Amino acid sequence: MLASFILDSIRTTGRYALLMRKVFARPERGRMFFRQFVQEVGKLGLQSLPIVIIISVFIGAIMTIQTKLNTENPILPAYTTGLVTRDTLLLEFSSTIMCLILAGKVGSNIASEIGTMRITEQIDALEIMGINSASYLILPRIAAFVLMMPLLVVYSMAIGLFGGYCVGVFSDIITVSDYLLGIQYAFIPYYIFYSVVKSLVFAFIIASVASFYGYYVKGGALDVGRASTSAVVNSSVLILFFNLVITNLMLN
Amino acid sequence: MIEVKHVVKSFDGGEPVLKDISAVFEAGKVNMIIGPSGSGKTVLLKSIIGLHRVDSGRIEYDGRNLPDMRMKDIRLLRREVGMLFQGAALFDSMTVLQNVLFPLEMFSPDPPARQVERAKFCLRRVNLEEDKYGLMPSEISGGMQKRVAIARAIALQPKYLFCDEPNSGLDPRTSLVIDRLIAELTREFGMTTIVNSHDMNSIMEIGDHIVFIEHGAKVWQGSRTDILHADCQELDDFVFASDLFKKIKQSSTH
Ligand SMILES: Nc1ncnc2c1ncn2[C@@H]1O[C@H](COP(=O)(O)OP(=O)(O)OP(=O)(O)O)[C@@H](O)[C@H]1O
Ligand SMILES: [Mg+2]
Repeated sequence: MLASFILDSIRTTGRYALLMRKVFARPERGRMFFRQFVQEVGKLGLQSLPIVIIISVFIGAIMTIQTKLNTENPILPAYTTGLVTRDTLLLEFSSTIMCLILAGKVGSNIASEIGTMRITEQIDALEIMGINSASYLILPRIAAFVLMMPLLVVYSMAIGLFGGYCVGVFSDIITVSDYLLGIQYAFIPYYIFYSVVKSLVFAFIIASVASFYGYYVKGGALDVGRASTSAVVNSSVLILFFNLVITNLMLN
Repeated sequence: MIEVKHVVKSFDGGEPVLKDISAVFEAGKVNMIIGPSGSGKTVLLKSIIGLHRVDSGRIEYDGRNLPDMRMKDIRLLRREVGMLFQGAALFDSMTVLQNVLFPLEMFSPDPPARQVERAKFCLRRVNLEEDKYGLMPSEISGGMQKRVAIARAIALQPKYLFCDEPNSGLDPRTSLVIDRLIAELTREFGMTTIVNSHDMNSIMEIGDHIVFIEHGAKVWQGSRTDILHADCQELDDFVFASDLFKKIKQSSTH
């Protein structure tokens, strides 16, 4: 059981590596690559904005309320709530959790699009024209998402902080001035850099793993669904694993 | 001209799906690979184009042996190839016109305006009405999709044209339109055309040279006029499965 699982993983990793070698080739026509790239920036990046905004503003607000309730202690200074909220957003929520959520949205989108092209022979059609289908389909998606992810992450940080600010404005759980003091207190810009680095790695994982599962679909519509589930599950596990690795390297 | 010599192909070390197949496909002719379902027609066609790697044997495109080539050279060769897939395989994120334009944008040295002109010429050539050019593939009928796919396949004026079951899912009249189109274009451009089919109507309509395979082995080859009088039991069983052709045979031998 365990042995066959390990063997399977090695085989899958090998296939993934071979696919990536095909993906990173010089595009046939720069203009065509650019067109695909712009399209994917819109589809994977800009169209993810609404969900990023909604989730970030709510999590920011909820985190502020919970932190305030859990730190109801006269010894702790007034800025505690703002500071904790800020650091949680900057270190973990806006990068890792956001990426896990986007692994679901973007990952399943990529896997099902490419998978459908596979089972309807559109990928064969590309190959027959003499086009490197892996590079043509996958490279613009990876490039677009890796470019957009850090922007989404920084955006999520700002929106999350705004969510906390709303708690100050619309309730009497925390005062606006305490909150604003807290989110500025002992601010470490390096945290943002750390999150951006993580998001670059995670974006690559999401786009490439989803493409991998989509590209090698065999069968019919049901298998496309299965592939997109595998894409989401496996990229999520990889994100958690690399989160640990990067955190060890960068924060220790 | 495409020459296939002693081609053997198996999947994952199993029983060979193609067993030592040799055949010659001449330019300017409609060559047909026929045989019952599961006989290996699609595998043979995909092996000829290099979508499957063969175990052994030669596949020569006017002398150039495909199994010897590196991927880079195979891609160059494929720019001389057009293919009509069983399900049309149009890009579903692009309009009809964009589909035909796509190979031109990818490889044609012409300026964009000339490429659009060429794409429209190809669409007119397959008799597709102008008001369909802006529609998505899902918005047109199966027969029209096939025609668009033919237009896309001939956009770069290929030397070789491959069609996998061009008639599947089409009514007899639309089938005939597609068949005739394939035959006309083959003569017009002197292409080496290979068509996979198990449809007796198209075989008798357009087949210039016919290769019959069963269980992955070539059993018979010849012209469509020979087919009715061939001394080959397997071929007879295939051809005369339908009563109509039995009657044709009887009336022609009288
Ligand atoms: N990718 C593959 N892996 C393993 N076996 C395959 C593969 N593709 C085809 N085969 C096998 O090869 C044999 C021939 O299949 P093929 O698709 O060429 O038949 P066909 O003559 O085109 O049939 P049809 O007329 O139904 O399209 C079948 O037994 C099939 O199971
Ligand atoms: Mg077939």
